Amino acid sequence: MSNVTFHNAAKTSQLDEDEALQVIVEGKEIAIINLGGEFYAMDDICSHAYASMSDGYIEGECIECPLHGAQFNIKTGKAETPPATVDLVTYEVKIDGEDILVGLSSD
Amino acid sequence: MTSNQTFAIVGAGQAGGWTAKTLRDEGFEGRIVLISDEPYPPHERPPLSKEVLLGEAEYDTCFLWANKILEEAAIDMCLGVTAIDIDPSAQTLALDNGESVKWDKLMLATGGRARTLPVQGDDLDGVHTLRTIEDAATIRARLSKTSTVLVIGAGWIGLEVAAAARTRGAETIVIEVAERVCARALTPEMSQWLGDLHKDNGVDLRLGASFDHFIGNMRLEAGLLADGTQIRCDIAVVGIGLSPNTELAEKANLEVDNGIVVDTTGQTSHPNIYAVGDVANHPNPLLGRRIRLESWENAQNQAISAAKAMLGSTEPYSEIPWFWSDQFGANIQLMGLPEDWDETALRGNRSTGEFIEFYLKEGKIQGAAAVNNARDLRFTRRMMMSGKSFQATSLSDPTVKLQKLLKA
Repeated sequence: MSNVTFHNAAKTSQLDEDEALQVIVEGKEIAIINLGGEFYAMDDICSHAYASMSDGYIEGECIECPLHGAQFNIKTGKAETPPATVDLVTYEVKIDGEDILVGLSSD
Repeated sequence: MTSNQTFAIVGAGQAGGWTAKTLRDEGFEGRIVLISDEPYPPHERPPLSKEVLLGEAEYDTCFLWANKILEEAAIDMCLGVTAIDIDPSAQTLALDNGESVKWDKLMLATGGRARTLPVQGDDLDGVHTLRTIEDAATIRARLSKTSTVLVIGAGWIGLEVAAAARTRGAETIVIEVAERVCARALTPEMSQWLGDLHKDNGVDLRLGASFDHFIGNMRLEAGLLADGTQIRCDIAVVGIGLSPNTELAEKANLEVDNGIVVDTTGQTSHPNIYAVGDVANHPNPLLGRRIRLESWENAQNQAISAAKAMLGSTEPYSEIPWFWSDQFGANIQLMGLPEDWDETALRGNRSTGEFIEFYLKEGKIQGAAAVNNARDLRFTRRMMMSGKSFQATSLSDPTVKLQKLLKA
């Protein structure tokens, strides 16, 4: 079992609904996404080519890579459409007041 | 049902690769034969004139899938084999290794080949075109700080080669017969911006220059312009467009007119033969006209759509064309194929190299061009699909989020 440590990553006021924001947590590029008022976190770099997912368009439960249009499920990280075939890693999110905390494995 | 059928695909580029993958992903249980005269597994080409030429990536970066995925999909690959004839009534494909493939359905994803300049000296060592992995490898090996590169044609391929050559330190000259770069795809203002990007990076860009012939003795030594100017160079790259590979289709008596003529599902004039990608002249319902696109996204998505049609889907392929290029670190993207517009809205600032330009007709967005602004460009597709009207003044206002305009 791996231990998860929560890191303060952003403020809830930084993201409107259906917006995404890139944060760096422990040197990792992570996208924080406000999906209809719920916050999610996933790897920010597309699994297909080097692009920041937080620059992408949110549609339904998916976020679309700004470079080549691959869509990933925001809740699960699943690669839903081509050209991506590899899923993105998602992270646990906790809200503490105004703070968005992202859980990273501490191993 | 389909498990004893054979679907054959000619071409293992983006379009052929995605056809094969989609057939299997959609549950086709029969034999999938993928035939390609190139000795490489399914691959895309955009990196060949970008990262590969720059030396930032090897050619295998172009491969669409790892071997494991191809093995799991059980795609029967005949690589380095050329399909030479089709018998449309017997439904067979003749290969240059003497074999014959009997097919139930056939996909022609034959793409195109780089146009060449039929002038004196075109066979000299050092005169190149760029389309294939081999082309990229050859040109890359000859680019260095001490080489002089002459690029003929300031279209996308020509400019990407020029950017890579210059970035690698080569002296780079681009000649273009038109008065501006990428004149077919860009507005005069965008052409100006892109031409300036090249000049600012040290490319010797010569517009309105007509090429005459190559000079050399076995090896290329110079290019001669129509006005008598001689340009000494070590290599020349000719980037003057693509010719669709329609020979097989012609042999099968399929309808051919600027590519293989297909319907919205990718079906040719033969009910069991389909064509997609760079070679396919297809109707675009959103634009209301026939087009043949030489684009990465079209090759992927039209292939996915047509592969489903081979399995019985009747859903038409209908997307707004999208295209991108990378030059000197700038990401350039185009949405739509605007033909006429009455208003232009500029969002961002050309001088900072981060902007998007919208082309509107009666308030409807006809298309857009963006530099280092992929986010807004992707939004543009939604705004175009929405059918809504937009005000140029709001589009140009960077404090107004496009998302808000779309939802308004």
